Amino acid sequence: MNTLIEVSGLSKTFTLHQQHGVVLNVLSGLSFSVRAGECLVLHGQSGAGKSTLLRTLYGNYLAAGGSIRVLHNGAWVDLVGAEPRQVLAVRRQTLGYVSQFLRVIPRVSTLDVVMEPALARGWSKSDAEARAKSLLSRLNIPQALWQLAPGTFSGGEQQRVNIARGFMVAWPLMLLDEPTASLDDANRQVVLELIAEAKAAGSALIGIFHDRAAREAVADRYLDMSQDMSAAAQQEYVYVG
Amino acid sequence: MSAAEKLQLHTDTAQPLFSVRDLTRLYGPEKGCQGVSFDLYPGEVLGIVGESGSGKSTLLSLLSGRCPPDRGTVSYRDTTGNWVDLYSASEAQRRTLLRTEWGFVEQSPRDGLRMGVSAGANIGERLMAQGVRHYGELRAAGIDWLQQVEIDPLRIDDLPRTFSGGMQQRLQIARNLVSSPRLIFMDEPTGGLDVSVQARLLDLLRGLVRELDLAVVIVTHDLAVARLLADRLMVMRRSHVVEAGLTDQILDDPQHPYSQLLVSSVLQP
Repeated sequence: MNTLIEVSGLSKTFTLHQQHGVVLNVLSGLSFSVRAGECLVLHGQSGAGKSTLLRTLYGNYLAAGGSIRVLHNGAWVDLVGAEPRQVLAVRRQTLGYVSQFLRVIPRVSTLDVVMEPALARGWSKSDAEARAKSLLSRLNIPQALWQLAPGTFSGGEQQRVNIARGFMVAWPLMLLDEPTASLDDANRQVVLELIAEAKAAGSALIGIFHDRAAREAVADRYLDMSQDMSAAAQQEYVYVG
Repeated sequence: MSAAEKLQLHTDTAQPLFSVRDLTRLYGPEKGCQGVSFDLYPGEVLGIVGESGSGKSTLLSLLSGRCPPDRGTVSYRDTTGNWVDLYSASEAQRRTLLRTEWGFVEQSPRDGLRMGVSAGANIGERLMAQGVRHYGELRAAGIDWLQQVEIDPLRIDDLPRTFSGGMQQRLQIARNLVSSPRLIFMDEPTGGLDVSVQARLLDLLRGLVRELDLAVVIVTHDLAVARLLADRLMVMRRSHVVEAGLTDQILDDPQHPYSQLLVSSVLQP
């Protein structure tokens, strides 16, 4: 199957100018690629840089070196050094990101929050609404809440609204930052189904799952990010199944 | 949409709308702004952030044709596709641009509205300047725009002075947008408003910017406003742009010492 993302020699450092200029080398010389229909799970203890890697891939953190090439509308784009508008175009069409945390905008209803990625791609309002409603139902968000802004919802409800938003449109490439964390069994199962559907539809996924059962359910390969691994060893994949 | 229209749309968004090179105006050493260059594309929202006195407002005046620079150029691609050099254009040309294809939302609605005439007349002014004389048309535009900015159309004959601060600010936005501008400048548009009123205005602005595909240059010291509205940011300090890039990257992973200080100084409610 075809490769959708190719990361090569990626490094990320943080220079804390306000804290005596401390330099943290979080990622260095990281290389991997992911193909359509495949899920790469990032593995390593807390602090190994898993979330940092996802945020760097999304362009939220600025890479210090290397390249992140993604297949966007049939052409390869290197996100390292890309113009903001190129990154935004890739985020609109190609690269999705689902975290546990919803960024709430005052006054914007749950339904509108979920529909937004589809409307940004030019879906009709009725198509977007139908898809959003079916996702919210599947994720067990009571219908009475759909017209309300999610600011006052419980943490679990906000998380599920965010997941509905993340799966609203099909992404060729998806980054998942612990989407199943702290969900009850029924809802975790729904999220795992959504992930399986995305894979079956040909998405390439890169994710973090602390929950062992979830990890084993979705992973095709692991990328070991433990800090005692040498840079060379980090480039080897562990195959499962 | 026909293939030709698609191509037209494509070439329109693939080219900058507004292009700025080495823009400089100094009132004293590091007072004002210097060496600013950027391109703005149709539908793109650029936020300018920085502390008071960093040169944000000077830069906005230079960009919007209100104050000639010491050096540097500001160019705009007009609806006919021609590039206009703002400061070598004639005064008449510049004024037409400012009243039709551009808009400016002032921090204080008092500076951007005519306080002595009705809400409807405020909205109709740009249309009249463009030659619309038909009363019914002006009235219809007034009612339509009051609704778009969530003001009761029954208030069309009231003076802006009888409106609340938030309503005045929304009226100012309507007054600017009625001429279908392609580029809007905003100077702290939510500055003097209560937080609850701010949220409503921001939500309205977000919707309008997307719907009308407006290019916007917005000056703000409020990083939350910047995050909500801007696609990309320029951080200014002592007349220089010290960092520029994607909004969420600048706010979540600032690189320059000053940007780091700015982001880490915000109190979390």
